[in-house]
Amino acid sequence: PALGLFLFTIARDPLRIIILIAGAFFWLVSLLLSSLIWFIAVKASDPQDEPLQKGLLIFGIMFSVLLQEAFRFLYYKLLRKAIKGLVALSEDSCSPISIQQTAYVAGMGFGLMSGAFSMINLLADALGPGTVGIHGDSQLYFLTSAFMTMVLIFLHTFWGILFFHGCEHRCWWEITAVIIMHLTVSGSTFCNPLYMGSLVPSYLLMATAATWAYLLSGGSAQNLRRFLLCKS
Amino acid sequence: MITFMNNSDSEEEPCNERTSLMSAESPPVPSYQDGLQTAEAGEAQAHRKRRTGSSRSPNNIADGDMSDSGVPVRESALENEEEELTLKYGAKHVIMLFVPVTLCMIVVVATIKSVRFYTEKNGQLIYTPFSEDTPSVGQRLLNSVLNTIIMISVIVVMTVFLVLLYKYRCYKFIHGWLILSSLMLLFLFTYIYLGEVLKTYNVAMDYPTLFLVIWNFGAVGMICIHWKGPLQLQQAYLIMISALMALVFIKYLPEWSAWVILGAISIYDLMAVLCPKGPLRMLVETAQERNEPIFPALIYSSAMMWTVGMAKPDTAARGASQQTWDSAEDGGENHRSPLHGDSQMPETRSPGPTRPITSFEELEEEERGVKLGLGDFIFYSVLVGKAAATASGDWNTTLACFVAILIGLCLTLLLLAVFKKALPALPISITFGLVFYFSTDNLVRPFMDTLASHQLYI
Repeated sequence: PALGLFLFTIARDPLRIIILIAGAFFWLVSLLLSSLIWFIAVKASDPQDEPLQKGLLIFGIMFSVLLQEAFRFLYYKLLRKAIKGLVALSEDSCSPISIQQTAYVAGMGFGLMSGAFSMINLLADALGPGTVGIHGDSQLYFLTSAFMTMVLIFLHTFWGILFFHGCEHRCWWEITAVIIMHLTVSGSTFCNPLYMGSLVPSYLLMATAATWAYLLSGGSAQNLRRFLLCKS
Repeated sequence: MITFMNNSDSEEEPCNERTSLMSAESPPVPSYQDGLQTAEAGEAQAHRKRRTGSSRSPNNIADGDMSDSGVPVRESALENEEEELTLKYGAKHVIMLFVPVTLCMIVVVATIKSVRFYTEKNGQLIYTPFSEDTPSVGQRLLNSVLNTIIMISVIVVMTVFLVLLYKYRCYKFIHGWLILSSLMLLFLFTYIYLGEVLKTYNVAMDYPTLFLVIWNFGAVGMICIHWKGPLQLQQAYLIMISALMALVFIKYLPEWSAWVILGAISIYDLMAVLCPKGPLRMLVETAQERNEPIFPALIYSSAMMWTVGMAKPDTAARGASQQTWDSAEDGGENHRSPLHGDSQMPETRSPGPTRPITSFEELEEEERGVKLGLGDFIFYSVLVGKAAATASGDWNTTLACFVAILIGLCLTLLLLAVFKKALPALPISITFGLVFYFSTDNLVRPFMDTLASHQLYI
C-alpha cells in the first residue's frame, strides 16, 4: 500500500521525490546515530548478561525513537528554509508546494525508509527455502511482520503531518502527543510474539492518527461522504 | 593468480587506457551555465534574483561565458510563467539524473545478486598487481594502497595525454580511440555478460543466435552512441555500458583496493576539476575558448526538447538546435567508453552546448537536461555493487548506500546551481556512500539484526 501511495501521489512531482529521498536520508542518519550509541553501550557491557542486554536493547530503542523525532524536527526546520527559498525565487510568491504536502511527503519518506529497513532482509530470506517458526517461534512471523511494517509506515506518514502541523502552529501538545504515540507503538512491540498486544494497539493508534491528520488537513466528515458517494 | 583473465586483461588494457583518458576528458559543456540556472532555479536555496530564473529561455544562446550579465533581463509578463516552470524544471533535472543513476544501480545490484560470476575472484587487472591474499593486515593495507597509487597514476597519465591531444587538436585520433573502445565494450563485455547470465539461469543458446543478438545489440549501440538515435535508446545504451563497466570493476578489483580507489578517485576528481592547473579544468577552459561543445566523451545527457508557445515559425532554429544537440550527443557518446577514466568526468554540467538560437521571441522551452559524466555512473554503481556483494547486512547496506549517493547527487546539483561552474560530482556522493557503507555495515547491522530477531520495531 505504501508503494501504491508513492506511485500515485509522489512520483508525479519531482520536488516531492527529492523531499522524500531527503526524508529517508534523515531517518537513516538518526538510525545510524542511535545504533552507534547502542553499539557502544553493548561493547562496554557484559555480553553474557542476558537481562542487561535486553535492557540495553530497550534503552537503545527508546533512544532511537527520541532521535527519530529529533531528526524529524530538524528536517522540518530545513524544509521551512527550503520553502522560503523557493518562494523567494518564485515569481508570484506562491510556493510550489504547500507545507501540508511537504509534511505528507516527509512523513512518507521516514516511513518508507523505516519500513524498508525492517522488511527487506526478511523478504530476501523469505525467498529462500525454510520453514517459518521451526524452532517454536510463532508461525505467523512473516504475516505479522508485514502488517506491522505497513502500520508503521502509515504511522510515520501521519506523524509527519501531525508533527509539522504542530510545529507550524506551535501546538506543543501535538508534538508531545506524536512522541508519546511513537514510544507507545515501539513499546507495544515488546509484547511480541504475543501479537495481540502489539498489532491491535498499533492499528488503533493508526486509526486515531489518521483521523486526526485528516481533520488537520482540512477534511471533514462531509468531505468524506461526498468523496465516497462520488458527488461532484 | 592471473588465469583466464590474462586475455581479458590485455584486452582491457587498451580499453582502459582509452577510456580512462576519455573519462578524464569530459570537460564541462560551455553552456553549463544554462543548466546551472535551471537547476538553480529549481533548487536553490540561494536567494537568486528573479531575472536569473527568467533568463532560462533566453539561455538558448548558451554560451560558456554567458554569465548573469549576459542574460537579457527582459522582464515581461511571460517571464513570470517561465519562472514557475523553471522552478519545477530545476527539480525535474535532479530527477532526470536520479532515474538513470537508479537504473544503473539496479542493474548492477540485480546482476551481482543473481549471477555468481561477478563475485568470484578470478584474477586481477593488470593495473592492480599487488594481491590482497596476504596474511597480515598491514601487508594487505600496504598492497591496496600501492594498487591505488598505480591505478590513479594510470588515470592521471591518461587524462593528461587526452588533454594534450585535445589542445593540439588531434581530434581524429581521439575519435578513433573512442570508437575503438566503445566497440570493444559493446561487443566483448556484452558477450561475457550474456554468457554468464545464461549460465546462471541454465538457458541454452546456440552460437548463431548468440552471434545475431550480440551483433545487433552492438551495431545499434555504435550507431546510437556515435551518430544519431532516439534519445531514450541512447540513454539506455549509456546506462548499460556503465553497468557493464561497473561490473567488471567489481569483479576485478580486490576488496580493500576498491574502497581505497574509490576514496582516492574522489579526491583526485576534486583536485582535477577545481585546481587551476588541473587537467580537467584546462580541458573545460580550452573548450570554452574555442566555443565548442565539450568533447563528446563520457557524458550522459538527459535533455529533451519541446516548444512552449511559439511566436514565429521556428523550424530553422529548431533545425539548428537539433544539429548542435546531435553533436553534443555524439560528444557524449565517446566519453562513454572510458571506464575508470570516467571518474574524472564527474562534472555535472548543464546540457545544451552552444545553441545558436538567436531569436528571443520563440519561447522554445528547451529542456536541456543536465549532463553527467559516465564515470560518475560507473563509480556510483561500483560503490553500490560492492556494498551488495560484500556486505553481510545485505540489503540494508545497499539501500543505505543508494540513498546516500542520491542525496550526494542532490547536494552536488545544488552546489552547481550556486557556483555556476563545472563541479566534480564524485566527492560528495562517494564520501556519503562510503561513510554510510562502513557505518551501516558495522553499526546498524547488529542493531537491526537484534531488533528483527525479537521482532521489535523502532
